Amino acid sequence: MGRISSWDWEVGRKKVVDSLSPLQDHEWQEEPYVSPDGETLAAIVKVGDGEFSVRTNDEVWESTFEKLWFLRYSPDGRLTALCQQDMEWSLAIDGEPWGDFAEYVWETKFTRDGSSIAAMTKIDNKYSVALNGTPWETVYENANQYALSPDGKRTAAVVQVISLGQADVEGYKKGVFSVAVDGEPWDGRYVNLFTPTFSPDGARVAAQARLTSYDYTIAVDDRPWQKTFQQVWEPVFHPKGAGVAAPVRSGGKWGVALDGQFIWNPRYVQCLGLQYSASGEKLWGVVATGFGKFTVACDNVPWDATFPIVTDLVLSPDGSRAAALTSEYNRNFRIVVDGRVWPGTSDMAWPVVFSPDGANAAAVTEKGGRFHVLVNGKAYEQSFDRAFSPVFSEDGSKVLIRAIENNSCVRIVADVARF
Amino acid sequence: MSQIADRLIDDPGLAAGVASLTPERIEEVVTRVLKGEAGAKLKAYQETCMRCGLCAQACHYYVSHDSDPSYSPVSKTTETIYELINKKGRVEPSRIYEMAQIAYTECNLCKRCAHYCPIGIDTGYAMSMMRRICYQLDVVPQYIRDTSHSHAATMNQMWVKDDEWIDSLQWQEDEARDEFPNLRIPLDKEGAEIYYSVIGPEPKFRTQLIYQAAAIMHVAGVDFTMPSTPGWDNSDMSMFVGDFENMGRLKRSHFESAQKLRVKKIVMGECGHAFRSIYDMGNRWLGYADMPVPVVHAVEFFWELLTEGRIKIPKKLEGPVTIQDPCNIIRGRGLMDKLREVTSMLCEETVEMVPNREHNYCCCAGGGVINCGPPFKNVRMTGNKAKADQLAATGVHTIVCPCHNCHGGLDDIIGYYELGMHPRFLGDIIYEIMEKPEGM
Ligand code: SF4
Ligand code: SF4
Ligand code: SF4
Repeated sequence: MGRISSWDWEVGRKKVVDSLSPLQDHEWQEEPYVSPDGETLAAIVKVGDGEFSVRTNDEVWESTFEKLWFLRYSPDGRLTALCQQDMEWSLAIDGEPWGDFAEYVWETKFTRDGSSIAAMTKIDNKYSVALNGTPWETVYENANQYALSPDGKRTAAVVQVISLGQADVEGYKKGVFSVAVDGEPWDGRYVNLFTPTFSPDGARVAAQARLTSYDYTIAVDDRPWQKTFQQVWEPVFHPKGAGVAAPVRSGGKWGVALDGQFIWNPRYVQCLGLQYSASGEKLWGVVATGFGKFTVACDNVPWDATFPIVTDLVLSPDGSRAAALTSEYNRNFRIVVDGRVWPGTSDMAWPVVFSPDGANAAAVTEKGGRFHVLVNGKAYEQSFDRAFSPVFSEDGSKVLIRAIENNSCVRIVADVARF
Repeated sequence: MSQIADRLIDDPGLAAGVASLTPERIEEVVTRVLKGEAGAKLKAYQETCMRCGLCAQACHYYVSHDSDPSYSPVSKTTETIYELINKKGRVEPSRIYEMAQIAYTECNLCKRCAHYCPIGIDTGYAMSMMRRICYQLDVVPQYIRDTSHSHAATMNQMWVKDDEWIDSLQWQEDEARDEFPNLRIPLDKEGAEIYYSVIGPEPKFRTQLIYQAAAIMHVAGVDFTMPSTPGWDNSDMSMFVGDFENMGRLKRSHFESAQKLRVKKIVMGECGHAFRSIYDMGNRWLGYADMPVPVVHAVEFFWELLTEGRIKIPKKLEGPVTIQDPCNIIRGRGLMDKLREVTSMLCEETVEMVPNREHNYCCCAGGGVINCGPPFKNVRMTGNKAKADQLAATGVHTIVCPCHNCHGGLDDIIGYYELGMHPRFLGDIIYEIMEKPEGM
């Protein structure tokens, strides 16, 4: 039994917070966040002059800070916010700062299970990544696009290892960037590196690499593929170790290469967001089969229907099913699951979530300011002032709805069968 | 008639690039770009251009240089891309230097001439393709190349590091709270109505514009957010360099940062070229037929706020103003009427420049020319006497100027020709004269 099973799954409705109006003496209250289990609603509140804290249900953190922002729940339910005290920054977890304060801290990231938390850190004008409060020992004049390994044990970022004078274009072209893993830089120097990413076991790192101004490829553990391309996008590791795949552009068209060899011949106007199924047997991605004709492809076979925009490709846990959001240039959103469009359009939509067995799919949409929770294409009987992404029970038979209605926060457990 | 060879300017980027060129490499790259990327349009231009010269009068460079034919649009195309087509890329490296200087610094890609050509030849497009070839040949002016490098390394044009961006916003929020105690610049607020985007120089040099925008949003009660991560800079010098690959990467980052925050639309600050990048060039390179997230230019946004009464102007700005029509949002987007309506809602009197609206002259900073840096400043000054005359003829002091580049360009022209005028952003004027309710 996992973490989710320990939540309250009794069918019914519960008011988590009666009134969301600011508590007494709070000058203001910022936008709300709801815990994964739906039992707590949190918001940054202003408690005094230059003094901020966090409200959780009808309580308030004991600690106060000069500044607070980026309030986010870790998947394991810990509540975090970037905080400033005496002009220095940290990450507050349930009100307590992690590790030492720094010149700046930002870009909080969590592992899927929430066991590890990371953030970018600046100390004495040098940059590194902090993992669970501890920054790298080696620091850099710049670091960005950092990644946290799926097991939460490692971090990597693009780092600048050679300084550049003003407008030193020749120096730049020789390569001043590297990838640092747990602070240790690769030996290679690159014109650019983008989006380092870890293998599922955290042992390897791949990144988009620009070898010369005109040659892009993927570098895996500092070894660029033999072949170069006009452009590349984010690489993904095969889950069982059978290589690294990435969208690549050649002759003005996009395809997919695995370890440098085409596995999807370049024939698309666009291709991005690759994801492997859990077994690695299937490879999914967003493709454009023509100008303004986007869809999802599995193993190089696009769905029949195309749309002006496709975003937020989500796979079922085993990767046999897929869902995505589509829109007409950010209007008339539709949810598409396995190539079939759910009925109705909305003004906004949030990514689909699958039940653990992959049998059911749910999503939140918004239309005319009202939020709807949909399961398998059918809307819950009631709409809300605001709803957060639903969560399925581990057996997939129930769905947790977290929402705001009439100035209160509610938690509803509904049978999936009733949809 | 002068010759480009007589007015060459030393630029380390152009010189280093040309030094490592061979005729074979030129031929290879020209053939590849013409065949693979330029398409039928360019060939058709070259074949149908009648060399009639009707486009000449359209170009401020030509007008400003006493009708020197060397600066006419038709001469610019003939001396560059048409020559490469005719000679199948068989030209000497030194010739590429000349072509690069023309394409990068003697054309603002302002498209004014396209309106004067009886068959609609778009010299701006032809010059873009010429730049694309120069970029592929590694022959690019140093400063704009550096800006494009910044775009690739940081996703913004000013080498602004990730934390510096957030810090600038929080700093402006702090400053603004002295005036508006409850003001917020909400970062990463998912589901906000509007995503406000700016260009790199704002957090670096023009932070007061962020302050003013936040103040306007606050007073108007706009539900907005700004992203804390890269993608916030809508500008795009990679587009003007000819690095279309990085242009695509930039626009992807921009649009995806907005999609991730699930906003309804992006409002962009007062910038011209960024608009071209998001609605025409960058979005199309990514395969979109339109903008993936609708982008509303500040002119249009202010127009909405003012006409809906969300911003009140108790007393208009005194004294006459004139209007600079930024090419990219006027010829590019048709905002000329809204720009005038906004101006008349804010200012007592407008004295139009002549010509104006879609026939306006470019500021000569556009198309990345100002970003080519100090070596080419004089090219812009002598190349736009036409604008100086136009400005002087209005006899006013204040220029309403809703474009960053135009600002830089006009400031330089005003200094060079000692015009004693002052360009202002709409946001700057609105902030100054709008009603600011007490204790907000
Ligand atoms: S500067 Fe403008 S008018 Fe002159 S050639 Fe270029 S696009 Fe045409
Ligand atoms: S007006 Fe048109 S056809 Fe005539 S010379 Fe100019 S570009 Fe050629
Ligand atoms: S800077 Fe302004 S006037 Fe100049 S090209 Fe750009 S939009 Fe046009």
